[in-house]
Amino acid sequence: MQATQFDLPGVDISWCPGCGDFKILDSIKLALTELALTPLDVVVVSGIGQAAKTPHYMRSHFFNGLHGRALSNATAIKAANPSLEVIAVGGDGDMYGEGGNHFLHTVRRNPGITNLVFNNMVYGLTKGQASPTSQVGFRTPVQVDGVHSQPFNPLATALVLGAGFVARANAGDVEETKDIIKQAINYRGYALVDIFQPCVSFNKVNTYAWFKENTYWLEGHDEKDFERALALSVSDAPYPLGVLYRGTERTTFEGSLAAYRLDDTPLFRRGARREALKEIIGYMSV
Amino acid sequence: MLAYPFPRESEVSCVLSGAAGLGIQTVEDMLARVVVDSGLCVFGSREYMSRVRGGNNSTELRIARSRVDALVDRMDILVAMSRNVRVNILERIAPSTVIIGDRAELGTELDDAGGVFVQAPLAELAAEAGGRIYSNSVAAGILLGILGLDPARAGEFFVKRFAGKKPDVAERNTRACNAGYEIGRELVDGKGLFGKASPDESVGRALVNGSDAVSLGAMAAGCNFVTAYPMSPATGVLSFFSQNAERAGAVVEQTEDELSAINMAVGAAYAGAKPMVTTSGGGFALMSEGISLAGVVEAPVVVHLSQRPGPATGMATRTEQADLELALYSGHGEFPRAIYAPGSIESAFLLTQEAFRVAHKYQTPAIVMTDQYFVNSFYNLNPNDLAMLDELPPVRETGADYRRYEDDPSGCSPFGVPGFGEGIVGADSHEHDEVGHVYEDFKLRKRMQDKRMRKLRGMSDEAVAPRLYGPEDYDALVVCWGSVIPIFREALSLLGLERTALLAFEQVWPLHSSTGGLLERAKRVITAEGNSTGQFARLLRSHTGVKASGSILKYSGLQFSVEEAAQRLSEGIAGKGGDS
Repeated sequence: MQATQFDLPGVDISWCPGCGDFKILDSIKLALTELALTPLDVVVVSGIGQAAKTPHYMRSHFFNGLHGRALSNATAIKAANPSLEVIAVGGDGDMYGEGGNHFLHTVRRNPGITNLVFNNMVYGLTKGQASPTSQVGFRTPVQVDGVHSQPFNPLATALVLGAGFVARANAGDVEETKDIIKQAINYRGYALVDIFQPCVSFNKVNTYAWFKENTYWLEGHDEKDFERALALSVSDAPYPLGVLYRGTERTTFEGSLAAYRLDDTPLFRRGARREALKEIIGYMSV
Repeated sequence: MLAYPFPRESEVSCVLSGAAGLGIQTVEDMLARVVVDSGLCVFGSREYMSRVRGGNNSTELRIARSRVDALVDRMDILVAMSRNVRVNILERIAPSTVIIGDRAELGTELDDAGGVFVQAPLAELAAEAGGRIYSNSVAAGILLGILGLDPARAGEFFVKRFAGKKPDVAERNTRACNAGYEIGRELVDGKGLFGKASPDESVGRALVNGSDAVSLGAMAAGCNFVTAYPMSPATGVLSFFSQNAERAGAVVEQTEDELSAINMAVGAAYAGAKPMVTTSGGGFALMSEGISLAGVVEAPVVVHLSQRPGPATGMATRTEQADLELALYSGHGEFPRAIYAPGSIESAFLLTQEAFRVAHKYQTPAIVMTDQYFVNSFYNLNPNDLAMLDELPPVRETGADYRRYEDDPSGCSPFGVPGFGEGIVGADSHEHDEVGHVYEDFKLRKRMQDKRMRKLRGMSDEAVAPRLYGPEDYDALVVCWGSVIPIFREALSLLGLERTALLAFEQVWPLHSSTGGLLERAKRVITAEGNSTGQFARLLRSHTGVKASGSILKYSGLQFSVEEAAQRLSEGIAGKGGDS
């Protein structure tokens, strides 16, 4: 891969050799570079899990918080300073399991952030238990009889909650993934990119070859067609890859805040509003 | 013809009792406003049930010629708007309590309750004024008549209060109030209890409750990011900021849960906002991982923790001081924090600013602890008595070689934010190196933990000293914290004990360095707090080695009253009292 200013020299990456995360990291760095962003423009936010280590392996502002909470951190960072490019990254367990409730409400809230989910259908960091997206029948040391629960469908969920940009990529296809990430970042509003990513250590079912055989890139799809997007999102294998839906941009969370109605300075530049305070206390006196 | 035992002293305690939805709140607001406009002082305190309509709630209004700021059991006048008056009110009825009520509503319920019952045709007069819903204003008018306050001021209030409604709403309320006023006036033979009062221009005219005080203090400190999941009794702060978001320049969001609320606050702090979350014990319990996160990423976040009884859902609308240890120990791992527990409205305003100051100086969480009693109590004050601390210093621009967690003798690394300067700003929930990257190294771990914990030294040096009320040469020392302070202060002054003083803590962690010495000077230390195990006494003992010889505890869900505090103090100081 070509060198970028987002490279962090000398970093010791703890992902397994052959992990799909390496390719996603490449795609992210290339996408940011091609968008002419710099490490000072971008905050990469994550929770816990292998995917959540991403901000430690690249050069940019970063906030690596708690398991499942990255979307809350990211929403707040964007709200505190809307000029920052905020990218929330994490795995399927982190974003859809531990952070499931935040996922639902972040989609509804529509902050102008990009949400990249590295979806390998297994818990890698804790050594191979089922994740919310594991397929029925998937056997693990914990799900010894195979997974019973239906897999969580992030794309369909995001669509019905009103997400404006919903896409799926495949880690192995760096060029296409990079292109989708660029579109997601450029979308003004919450943008979800669910990225299929093989876990070479703990998922012997959903391998590079399996993803190759069970996916296809959409061609000639009308990204504005919500009903078609919804149908695609619930289709069984082969799974469509690409931008399923790109809706009309609506007001973002940060764009709707009263705090910015008369004043667009980021919060860190704001002092106490003591004249307004005196006015409020004044109302309490009459 | 003064047949009724109204007090002729400097103070009257009125209690309004009635079902939720009857407009007791409007009456309470109106009376407080008229009292203050008349140059008198008022202290209001509310207790309520966890239901939107029905039940029976009550508000106590102490009306006096000088400042009053504590709950009393005494009811000089009880206005009973609804039947099924609750036992916590019934047991406070004394022979001298004048009960005003309408038998059309109450039947004979209060005839033999122990006080002097005055039949008032509330329903009938309300109907004449325009509808039964105005009986609250009839009752308020009766009180104005008894107190001898000008009913025209009530009319002015109604006009302002109902400005957005049809004009006849204000008119009907005024008519109802005037009808009540005539009854009240007759009851005191035209000699209203405060009628001769000449309005005191020096009386503070701002009516501020505990919730307002925390909110205003936060705003004075520059708080500009407020997130919360609604939870009684902490929601008032969220409402305040929602209603003033544009004016305060603050981002305000009702989150999906408390986990999100605190994590948003930590993210906002990382980006340079001045965040606060507001919650009660149950929500705070959910926030503990986020508090821990704030500890390790060294995020200045302020938490308003308004207590109610637990465990679990406990009593949703009642009061307690049982979350001190939750606040002290919440969050896994070890990290510094500061905890404040204001005892007065002025203190809540000041200490919330102090919480922001310390949170930002030391880049660590600070917690302001109130409780249901405190946030729902109010009195009138002079806005000039609300002290403002210096504004927080602006965030500094980062240089290209910026390291977020640079070691420093104070423990406080330079605080930079993404988007301001040439530096990369990192934050990590893992143990991390100076730039914030996760890096497993045992020497680094120790270096970083030492750096963070070193902040406690500075925080201790800057801790708010406990305040001593009473003689310096005390034998017995009554120790309390937070909302019970004014109650025990008044109780002690009632008792007039010569060698007993009160030591009041409004910062409960870290403790001020004078604490041990002040406790050791006493022959006897009695702690008074609103929980069942003496949490603050335990903290004092572990921190100073001084074991209290007695404790006065209350955990029924209601706040101590001055009378109860006095009685239990006199027993405690005589050596009879113990845990209860």
